[in-house]
Amino acid sequence: MIKLTGLSKKYGKTLVVNDASALFPLGEVTSVIGPNGAGKSTLLSMACRLTESDAGEILIGNKLLAEWDSRELARQLAVLRQSNSINMRFTVRELVSFGRFPHSQGRLNDEDQRIINEAIGHLGITEIQHRYIDELSGGQRQMAFIAMVVAQDTDYVFLDEPLNNLDIKHSVEIMQILRQLAHKMNKAVVIVIHDINFASCYSDHIVAMKKGEVVKAGTVQEVVCKEVMESIYEIPFYIQEIEGQRICLYYNS
Amino acid sequence: MGDSAKMALLAVACLLITGWFIGQGLNADNYQFFLSLRFPKVLAIILAAVAISASSLVFQTITNNRILTPSILGFDNLYVLIQVLLVVFLGSAHHWVVNPVINFILSCVVMIGFSLLLFYFYFKRQGRSIFTLILIGIICGSVFSSITGFLTMVIDPNEFTNIQDTMFASFNNINGELVYWSAGPLMLCFGGLLFYSRQLDVLWLGTDNAISLGLDPVKITRRIMVLVTIMISIATALVGPVLFFGLITVSLTRELFKSYQHWVLILAGSLLAIFLLITGQWFVEKVLSFQTTISVLINLAGGSYFLYLLMRNRIN
Repeated sequence: MIKLTGLSKKYGKTLVVNDASALFPLGEVTSVIGPNGAGKSTLLSMACRLTESDAGEILIGNKLLAEWDSRELARQLAVLRQSNSINMRFTVRELVSFGRFPHSQGRLNDEDQRIINEAIGHLGITEIQHRYIDELSGGQRQMAFIAMVVAQDTDYVFLDEPLNNLDIKHSVEIMQILRQLAHKMNKAVVIVIHDINFASCYSDHIVAMKKGEVVKAGTVQEVVCKEVMESIYEIPFYIQEIEGQRICLYYNS
Repeated sequence: MGDSAKMALLAVACLLITGWFIGQGLNADNYQFFLSLRFPKVLAIILAAVAISASSLVFQTITNNRILTPSILGFDNLYVLIQVLLVVFLGSAHHWVVNPVINFILSCVVMIGFSLLLFYFYFKRQGRSIFTLILIGIICGSVFSSITGFLTMVIDPNEFTNIQDTMFASFNNINGELVYWSAGPLMLCFGGLLFYSRQLDVLWLGTDNAISLGLDPVKITRRIMVLVTIMISIATALVGPVLFFGLITVSLTRELFKSYQHWVLILAGSLLAIFLLITGQWFVEKVLSFQTTISVLINLAGGSYFLYLLMRNRIN
């Protein structure tokens, strides 16, 4: 479990994240939602050590973030940011193999190869595993990067907008895989996501942010409701229950 | 053809050209004389080739840029400035200028000391990107070359001819003792780069992914910069300013070898560099009969290649 208490971050004089607290439990998908500039990505980067926090406490497992050795932490926590421009030609398999770096420091053994095969199979990219990353479509590339994170085999998986620029099919596939990772392999999956209907249908927990603060955190039922959504996004919302899922309509204004 | 086949071919080519360069025209009467001349020269070429190509390759990785070489930090200019200052203040007959060992050690110490001082003040503060450091390096480099230009204008013309030799790289009159002195530290740094090669591979993925995989990119960048500095300083003090050469070998290596692994690229680049430099030196000696130095060739080829790289990038 990851526990964030009273996190704050300032860029110059602007307070980007203000006294934010959240809980990311194992075995569940937690989505962080909110408008642009709400501090979602900053909160995520602080929780996974890509950005230093100015105040507050980050507890990963039973140790504070600062107490973790970085190599050891890389076996517990993996993170994927949204833009991954790479200045080198890799095949899909080579990219996925990098996920094993924290475990084997670049010298892959049979166990590593087995896990790489599993990750590639899990994401359904076995057919394209020997193709070069720069020859792939955006969706296939994102699948390859997620396979790398899966191969890292960590308890905590953080993804910053994993569905950015993806079509519906790839989006659904990725969300299904993330849910499997959480439920079947007992990982804590945390995603920053803009599409609230994807968040509503595939997450167990939702953390809603606005202007750097956590406005509401709880189950889908608690967060995806008219009052909370309208207060966050400042437009009228209609929320319908369809086949047991809460779906937000916000197009008619 | 696979990477390993290419590597083997390159190694054979290196052995052949080196063997021929050392062995041509030897007979039972003259071999002692020629070997004592040629052996240090070949060793100097090998050391310079390896140092320049390996450091240029990793420098491109940590700056994430395909057309930079460490020369951008102003090492060449600093080296020439040191030589000019020595002559201006001490005269061209002073033993610090004339004695190759003292001059070599002095140049190395000043170059390494200056760069480490720059890095120290630079990396002391958090959150600085390496590009600011490069900009500072460019500015220092042009300041050095302006001072050099000024001093050579006002200096006695006879003294100037003395300095002129140091401004161009040359393997024609390598000091044997220096070669053996520099072999140890250069090989240590080379080993250091190989030691970091797998971590450098991860840096291809960018800073965020590298952190996620458990690396500390700032720390690695700092250590690699120190290794690169030492290698470049020694290579420059040994043979003179030849850093354009790094650009040629690294780009050709990347064209020829498909691997992303640094240890493959470092080894392949070193072999390629040895082959090119020895061939170039042979060309200078036999075809041009010492009419020019190899740095003129390098700058001619390097400059044209650089323009080609820029043009091709624009078209793509």
